[in-house]
Amino acid sequence: MTDHNDFDRISGRSTTGHEWDGIKELNTPLPRWWISTFYATILWAIGYWVVYPAWPLLSSFTTGVFHYSSRASVVNDLADLEKLRGEKMAVLGTSSLTEIETDPALLALARARGKTVFADNCAPCHGSGGAGAKGYPNLNDDDWLWGGSLDQIQQTIRFGARSGHAQAHEGQMLAFGRDGILKKDEIATVANYVRSLSALSTEANFDAAAGTRIFADNCAVCHGENAKGNQELARRI
Amino acid sequence: MTSPSPASKSMTMGEAGLMSVFAVSAYVCFFAGAMGHDSAFSFHALLASAASLAAAAAILNRYYERPAQLPPAQIKGRPNYNVAPIKFASVMAMFWGIAGFSVGVFIASQLAWPALNFDLPWTSFGRLRPLHTSAVIFAFGGNVLIATSFYVVQKTCRTRLAGDLAPWFVVVGYNFFILIAGTGYLLGANQSKEYAEPEWYADLWLTIVWVTYLLVFLMTLVKRKEPHIFVANWFYLAFIITIAVLHIGNNPALPVSVFGSKSYIAWGGVQDAMFQWWYGHNAVGFFLTAGFLAIMYYFIPKRAERPVYSYRLSIIHFWALIFLYIWAGPHHLHYTALPDWTQTLGMTFSIMLWMPSWGGMINGLMTLSGAWDKLRTDPVLRMLVVSVAFYGMATFEGPTMAIKVVNSLSHYTDWTVGHVHSGALGWVGFVSFGALYCLIPWLWNRQLYSLKLVNWHFWIASIGIVLYISAMWVSGILQGLMWRAYTSLGFLEYSFIESVEAMHPFYIIRAAGGAMFLIGALIMAANLWMTVNAKETDQIQDTGALQVAE
Repeated sequence: MTDHNDFDRISGRSTTGHEWDGIKELNTPLPRWWISTFYATILWAIGYWVVYPAWPLLSSFTTGVFHYSSRASVVNDLADLEKLRGEKMAVLGTSSLTEIETDPALLALARARGKTVFADNCAPCHGSGGAGAKGYPNLNDDDWLWGGSLDQIQQTIRFGARSGHAQAHEGQMLAFGRDGILKKDEIATVANYVRSLSALSTEANFDAAAGTRIFADNCAVCHGENAKGNQELARRI
Repeated sequence: MTSPSPASKSMTMGEAGLMSVFAVSAYVCFFAGAMGHDSAFSFHALLASAASLAAAAAILNRYYERPAQLPPAQIKGRPNYNVAPIKFASVMAMFWGIAGFSVGVFIASQLAWPALNFDLPWTSFGRLRPLHTSAVIFAFGGNVLIATSFYVVQKTCRTRLAGDLAPWFVVVGYNFFILIAGTGYLLGANQSKEYAEPEWYADLWLTIVWVTYLLVFLMTLVKRKEPHIFVANWFYLAFIITIAVLHIGNNPALPVSVFGSKSYIAWGGVQDAMFQWWYGHNAVGFFLTAGFLAIMYYFIPKRAERPVYSYRLSIIHFWALIFLYIWAGPHHLHYTALPDWTQTLGMTFSIMLWMPSWGGMINGLMTLSGAWDKLRTDPVLRMLVVSVAFYGMATFEGPTMAIKVVNSLSHYTDWTVGHVHSGALGWVGFVSFGALYCLIPWLWNRQLYSLKLVNWHFWIASIGIVLYISAMWVSGILQGLMWRAYTSLGFLEYSFIESVEAMHPFYIIRAAGGAMFLIGALIMAANLWMTVNAKETDQIQDTGALQVAE
């Protein structure tokens, strides 16, 4: 590149002598730190290839001096986790609910395990705090549709409600309108009555006495005289 | 084909041939539309039929309007540059940019407020997300690349673009591909490969367009009047060739019916995953890096009026970059069914890629030496330089995230999204804006309407980018830490939904950052609109202006 004497005053460097649409190129050498770092990354890569699985061969690959494999490392991680959870974990699976309740260490483990199981399986419908949502009951209060004892809750979780399983809870209500048991205006009246039970707003001129009568004749059989429900048959209103 | 014009005027082989092809295509596509098994296919076939008819009519009309002779390659000894297809592509770039950024802001808002999905298939995140990515990468980025490559190759080869109809075929055909791809996503036609979502017929069409693009570019290089090939053209050529190879490698598929949109990819299982990320990573490497480095190598020296910092660095980092990039794809599949040795190669080649990537940054930034003062007065140059800074940051972050232990935290989190956007908004976005702010006045031979508005664009968009990427860093690292947190008893500390809940504030900040980036682009569109509609300048201010001799 000595067949020209083009020189850039500002940088004090010669150019390559080429020009494209007014653009020239300086003859600057490669920055030292740049090329050294580049070589360093190449050396590091070669080192990594020596110790870890790296290059394919005909029917296998170079395994590296560490003989690392991600399968083996997953197995190790899972074994570590088992160790962390401790021997009680195996006991937990075979213990009855009363045994768990009476052993503080087992109970603590069950609660910790239960928290993650709840978060992954129950929270999507019942909320992460168990407060429920429209159509999904609140699990924080003392009002249990299907019973609040440990055994009853376990039963509910095992077989579900209206899940199609033979042992699942089956809550069903008659279609009073469709089947002609109640007339349209009677349904409106009793609906108002039901709202009034929880002190919710009602239509101004609804017949409370008629509502009470219709409820007692048709609804109380399952939901109870005081509308407090019956866990075998119907929910609290 | 007989012509009513004077005897000396006759159709070229290209005009007659292409017109016949489009006439046949209009008929065949109409037939296919009537036979279609699904609405997306029928709609696309009828669209193609109408477009073919319009193309045939446009060629005929152009033939009647043009003089007997095709435009000469030179006028009075000066190259007669071909600018109209470049103008078309740059307008389309601006249009698709605004569209793509808007969809981005919308889907970012959907993540913060899911009700915005409206429970409709067409407006759901799943269909709009590929619309956003394709619109910004391929529609906006692609049009910027085609426009600037056609400009730069002519200017630095001192010769007219090869072909007469071919450049038009490339720019219009490419935008028709975008239309088919985008409407396909909305209608649910999607082959479920990230950044390669368009179905088989769109892929075939793109292959034809892209090979034509390669031929136009190559033939222009072949008939160059300069003894050497300018560095920007190496990068453009590497980008065009590699994208062709990647596209063909990743997309072989068997359609269920030639009259339906659904197809199945030839590759299966982990091989399919490997092909996909070999493609996906090199779409970043060759489309979003090599292509835009080409833009940098022309527009920064041109705008700064300084020579390229180092010829040697450009040649070494070019060859190192294109050799190393192609191996790095497996880092997208760490800790998966991909064999360990493949993961190692992906990771180590990503580390070795660090310096070759930075070579471009050094050459971009150091070209400014002796012209740093211009950053104070020229917001366009500032935009170009800041883009190179973002490029340097993203190409350092990339190799870091490719390291397996880092990846075990960052993978599947918002950190990836933040990383992509520091490259996409900061590097690709800003270098494209800078190039368009130069190119539009040069093409239309106008003065840029307002530098003050460029300054506003620069600052609003910069703040938007910072909000976006810092929100995603925090949210991504938080996500990664929440997912791997264990209690002392050995159970996961958090449920997935709790990590989603924790993201909410960051998603709002991200949407706000994206909205600022969009506002900046709207300011730009207005500025360029005023520029194009202003009076032509008597004096050509910029040395870069094309001397159109017609």
